[in-house]
Amino acid sequence: MSDSPAADLPASPALAAHRAGSDVPFFVVMGGLGGSYLLLIVALLAADIAFTSPAHFVAALSKPEIQYAVRLTLISCTISALLSIWVATPLGYLLSRFSFRGRWLIDTILDIPVVLPPLVIGLSLLILFHLPIGGTNLEQFLNEHVRFGERRLTVTFSQPAVVLAQFAVACAFAVQTMRVTFDQIDTRPEQVALTLGCRRSQAFLNIALPQAWRGIVAATTIAWARSLGEFGPILVFAGATRMRTEVLSTTVFLELSVGQLEAAVAVSLLMIVAAMGVLGIVRLVGARVSQ
Amino acid sequence: MIELDNLSIRSGPFALDHVNLSIPEGAYAVLMGGTGQGKTTILEAICGLRKVTGGRVLLCGEDATRHKPADRGVGYVPQDLGLFPMMSVRGHLEFALRVRRSPPALIRQRVDDLARLLGIEKLLERHVQNLSGGEAQRVALGRALSFRPRILLLDEPLGALDEITRDRLCELLRTIQRQSRLTTLHITHSRSEARLVAERLIVLSAGRLAERPLADLDVLPAAAGEELRSPPVERRTHVSRSTSG
Repeated sequence: MSDSPAADLPASPALAAHRAGSDVPFFVVMGGLGGSYLLLIVALLAADIAFTSPAHFVAALSKPEIQYAVRLTLISCTISALLSIWVATPLGYLLSRFSFRGRWLIDTILDIPVVLPPLVIGLSLLILFHLPIGGTNLEQFLNEHVRFGERRLTVTFSQPAVVLAQFAVACAFAVQTMRVTFDQIDTRPEQVALTLGCRRSQAFLNIALPQAWRGIVAATTIAWARSLGEFGPILVFAGATRMRTEVLSTTVFLELSVGQLEAAVAVSLLMIVAAMGVLGIVRLVGARVSQ
Repeated sequence: MIELDNLSIRSGPFALDHVNLSIPEGAYAVLMGGTGQGKTTILEAICGLRKVTGGRVLLCGEDATRHKPADRGVGYVPQDLGLFPMMSVRGHLEFALRVRRSPPALIRQRVDDLARLLGIEKLLERHVQNLSGGEAQRVALGRALSFRPRILLLDEPLGALDEITRDRLCELLRTIQRQSRLTTLHITHSRSEARLVAERLIVLSAGRLAERPLADLDVLPAAAGEELRSPPVERRTHVSRSTSG
């Protein structure tokens, strides 16, 4: 008996010459399926552009309330994105590196803002700030105890509510991104750092965090873009008061509700330009840093 | 000195129970055993990266079982080296000393000495992602030695190298170990590598650590994936039976 298992195979007739055939159908099918979605987005943009004109655009942008909405949008989105990354980085790291009893519950709670309709988040925020607790409520408590000079802090139906409503939803997406980022970073260098004399905090700051910069940029971008598109929770928790809590997403709603379709489309295009601008800048900065 | 006293480790379905080991101070021991037997797990338990469920880890006579990795004074070179991707070679050699807030002059001197010893003076400003396999091994070794550890743990540090580079590094390892009187535990699957460095041979098989005479290196089967407990003669008989039928 032979030592080689291959020698046990029965003899087979010579195989006929094989030709793999063309790859064109593969690319046609895959490109056709994927391209249909791309086409839909381009068609939407083209329809918006065809509907509006530069005059509508200029008219909309010259309105003081829309200028205010642009300013508040840029400021609130930036603050909520920075707050999101501030929270998402440690949370994503802890969830990625440590397993503990009851973690499934934390995972489920953190997914709630992702799966819940944003409107419900706004409603829940409203209830949270006005739920009577010991003869007061959170809104009243903050109003009485937090001051900036002469001004008292008001959250509901004011600018902090805009940021909080955006943050409540955007942070969940930033946490997911940061968790995946840390999952992809090898833990071995951090372990070696511990044997070299590091505390956990030093291993995180010196080894893990510098490797996570791409994820941090991505999570910040996602949080910013998500904040830009937030509408439901802002409407419920912050309202849509002109020159006070109006952001671009609520502007579209307000202009539509008074029959100003052209202005609504012009503002929509402005949001698209802003989103593309931020994404473009972030990608450019990312590419330069990686070079 | 490294001592494992009835050490038990459990991680999911994997378990090592009541493992005992003793490596005298300044000895160079080589640990061999089949793949998946738990060699790396033992090394991780010694340097504090793996939680133990029973028994004790004694380092230089001191019970270090509950000590943090940072407090064990163990230099560790893992199998995949675990180099810091965002750091230069100099950064690696300086790292442990910076963590200890050593004076800058001392750090400079130590880095220069290590770089000379390891032959990586010209690589100091280079990023670790641009190093060859042999250079990366030297950097990982230099990083582990930088804070003058009492114990050195090497997990298949030379596995991915060509024979000439491996032999040179083996020679270097022995020189450093003799000079520093480091207690060293070195995992390898290669008998020729073990012959070049080992003063003591330890074999892990079926969850038990046993010291064997160095002469056994000639009769042990290739370590990876094979059962090392059976005497070589019986093993040959077994192989012969299985192939004849």
